[in-house]
Amino acid sequence: MTKFTKDHEYITADGTVGITPYAQEQLGDIVYVELPKVGQKLKAGDEAAVVESVKAASEIYAPATGTVTAVNDALSADPGLINSSPEGDGWIFKLALDDAGELDGLMDADAYAKLTA
Amino acid sequence: MAEAAPDDLKTVVLNDKHVALGGRMVPFSGYSLPVQYPTGIIAEHKWTREHAGLFDVSHMGPSFLVLDNKSGDGEADHAAIAAIVEPLICGDIRGLKPGQVRYTLLLNEQGGIHDDLMVARPAADGWGGALYIVVNAGTKETDFQRLAAAAAGKATLNRSDHCALLALQGPEAAAVLDAIVPEAVELGFMHYASFDWRDTKLVIARSGYTGEDGFEILVDPEHASSFWDTLLADGRVKPIGLGARDSLRLEAGLPLYGHDLDETVSPVEAGLNFAISKRRREAADFPGARRILAELDGVLERVRVGLLVDGAPAREGAPILDQHGAEIGRVTSGGFAPTLNRAIAIGFVSPAHATPGTRLQVLVRGRAQPAEVAATPFVPHRYVRKASK
Repeated sequence: MTKFTKDHEYITADGTVGITPYAQEQLGDIVYVELPKVGQKLKAGDEAAVVESVKAASEIYAPATGTVTAVNDALSADPGLINSSPEGDGWIFKLALDDAGELDGLMDADAYAKLTA
Repeated sequence: MAEAAPDDLKTVVLNDKHVALGGRMVPFSGYSLPVQYPTGIIAEHKWTREHAGLFDVSHMGPSFLVLDNKSGDGEADHAAIAAIVEPLICGDIRGLKPGQVRYTLLLNEQGGIHDDLMVARPAADGWGGALYIVVNAGTKETDFQRLAAAAAGKATLNRSDHCALLALQGPEAAAVLDAIVPEAVELGFMHYASFDWRDTKLVIARSGYTGEDGFEILVDPEHASSFWDTLLADGRVKPIGLGARDSLRLEAGLPLYGHDLDETVSPVEAGLNFAISKRRREAADFPGARRILAELDGVLERVRVGLLVDGAPAREGAPILDQHGAEIGRVTSGGFAPTLNRAIAIGFVSPAHATPGTRLQVLVRGRAQPAEVAATPFVPHRYVRKASK
């Protein structure tokens, strides 16, 4: 089940991390993405990536502790995928979690929907 | 559904229009204004470069400075009103032809810039002894105080910032306006006049802040909505927010006051030598003339340059480094250029590093990225260079 952070990242059951449709809407057109490195170890809350809109840069934080196993290189050529398909082709990186139980502390879809209502 | 702005923010006449169009309202220079509409900044930017964009810039400071006692001799009255403002600025106002608009600078005694502004001489004979002056939003209170103080006892400053000031910009702007106020399309670049529209007068200048052909139009508050709707009824026109206004002016290499220009930056450092009129240079009779004339002779510590940036956008404040990593300046405006599909920036460096093609670096989040000094504008201007009738 996909979980959500208060900073508007999502993480799916297989560890795919991206930003929510709400977040991409708030940021506007994404023009540049700085990706983490495969193999990079991240603690929950670490800065993992940066997405830049026309107006500003925003940090993307690791929703949980783990190791980066893949990054979405397609974003380097087409950062707008985050706008057009934030939960699909616009994913940012995949994380192998140290402890899958850590996701229990994040919001589920209903709780996140309330946050952004 | 119209969201009320926080109490300390002013709203523009057309606030409800922006909200109804889905504009994302943000605080800017004390006003609540749309940073973008639902289509987004890049689409708005490209629309303006290809068609016609409509911008609400009513937060700015349009005003009319009018001589208290006119002689009735148009030339003498113009000379009298010009003599009131010239001591504050470096432009030749006396030499303006009827209908001509001039970009100029309000200067401090150290040769730094209080503001950049437009000063224009009315085209109509009956308006001798008046000037149309448009200043920036963020500085308008102090600008108006300076102008009013200089004019005390001789002329009166009438603020028009309760009106709507709209900019129609882009290659199709003239064709759009031709169907609404056909006479205005006869204006040459950097000329203005007033025109009848319905039962009001529109003050229209052929000028803008995008690098495209276009018009800046002052309309009274009672007619602002209907004029806005009339423009938007043309399918070639879309509303454009402040976000695209900034990316368009950045591509056009046009400085933004409070970022690229401030009280410490001189016109020569900013590359605005054209704004120091020949007559004023020869007379050396403007604030900060000693510094500015020395800089024109080559005594210059820093100059404004354009930068083509590789990778992430370098934003305002990013350090500019030489090839060895030594800091030689700072970015004053930077972002993404939709037309070029890359990051660009404006910043200040020492003259030794200012030649186009010079390879430099910018520091973004602690990492040095390649940057190259580029001639500005980054995207060629497409102003209409025709003689005014």
